[in-house]
Amino acid sequence: MDRPIRVLVAKPGLDGHDRGAKVIARALRDAGMEVIYTGLRQTPEQIVSAAIQEDVDVVAMSILSGAHNTLLPRVVELLNKENVDDMLVLGGGVVPDEDIPFLKEIGISEIFTPGTTTQTTIEFIKANLKRK
Amino acid sequence: MDLLNRLLNGEKRAVARLISMAENHDPEAIHILKKLYSKTGRAHIIGITGPPGAGKSTLTDKLVKALRKEGKTVGVVAVDPTSPFTGGSILGDRVRMNDLSLDSGVFIRSMGTRGHLGGISKATQAAVKILDIYGVDYIFVETVGVGQSEVDIVKNVDTTLMVMVPGLGDDIQTLKAGIMEIGDIFAVNKADRDGAKKTATQIEMMLDFNHFEWRPPVQLVVALDNSGIDELLQKLKEHRNYMVETGNLHKRRIKNSKIEIIDLVQQELMSMILDKSTKEQMIDKLAEKVAFREHDPYSAAEEVLNELR
Repeated sequence: MDRPIRVLVAKPGLDGHDRGAKVIARALRDAGMEVIYTGLRQTPEQIVSAAIQEDVDVVAMSILSGAHNTLLPRVVELLNKENVDDMLVLGGGVVPDEDIPFLKEIGISEIFTPGTTTQTTIEFIKANLKRK
Repeated sequence: MDLLNRLLNGEKRAVARLISMAENHDPEAIHILKKLYSKTGRAHIIGITGPPGAGKSTLTDKLVKALRKEGKTVGVVAVDPTSPFTGGSILGDRVRMNDLSLDSGVFIRSMGTRGHLGGISKATQAAVKILDIYGVDYIFVETVGVGQSEVDIVKNVDTTLMVMVPGLGDDIQTLKAGIMEIGDIFAVNKADRDGAKKTATQIEMMLDFNHFEWRPPVQLVVALDNSGIDELLQKLKEHRNYMVETGNLHKRRIKNSKIEIIDLVQQELMSMILDKSTKEQMIDKLAEKVAFREHDPYSAAEEVLNELR
């Protein structure tokens, strides 16, 4: 692929800790991707609207507040409503193991929990893009 | 429905996809732009430039909001630098424009420079055209944070807004050639800080030397507090009116179109040269000879050019 992969990095919800999101953004940048960083306290509606306007390949969300079972499905639901089926949707942060099967079932491709290396995330994105 | 019609129907996803295609040199994007070019030229295109951290994105956010209150629709193309080492980039201008994401009358697109110097990317112009066809009333083009000589923006817009802040240097900086020459309007942002009035005076004194018909106004603003924004917007509109009434808009557009044609010819020639010479690995071989002083670079360049003749 001769075009850079475009990734939206967002923090849905109300927790104010964006160190992890920034580390991921920087790692993806260094892997040659174009990272659209939208910052803290995003609603699912804002995230989906930005993802569409930016025509991204990947929507990557970092969430530490515990609201993942509410906010992440809402993002998927809104993407579906807009007939977007070619974006890879990822989650990261403090998500208990027992919540992960549910999130994957509703359409989050992968959840990266604490301890995941940035390299793992980069390789996952490269291997699982939905758009050529 | 095909992309062209989806764009004409005002579908945001079609706008977004077309901009990506233009960025990726997809011939289909050029094909569509050829067909719809006559629909461009309607929007007021405003360039926003200035040093890193001057407040270009925050100011854009406020200007867009002021225009939305008037019921105008707005497009924003925000450019940030691409790494020359990895090709990656952090496009962070949306952070300052978060509220605008949900406004259906606003379309924001972030772009990396992708190797292009001069403050914008090669595809910025195409993105502006696509937004113009889409039908917004105003288009803001926000450059990367600029230093002294990134003046490409002026070739792509009707009005250039130069955003300055206090404390960047003395009046010698305002005397220098380059970016200080391209402002149609100057905004001194963060005007609640010490030295703002002095900065404005230094710009005014620099402008006193100009002999152009249009005297660029200097406006103090505090973007974060929304102060001075309405006045600044008024000046942007006055500039556009002046350009239209004097026929200068027409003149500027002819000049810009000429530059665009020459740029496109240059790009095409470059790719022809590189295509031909890489096929035969000609430049590599010549480079080796030149490096070892068996040949000189001037004759080598002539040989490459002779391939095209």
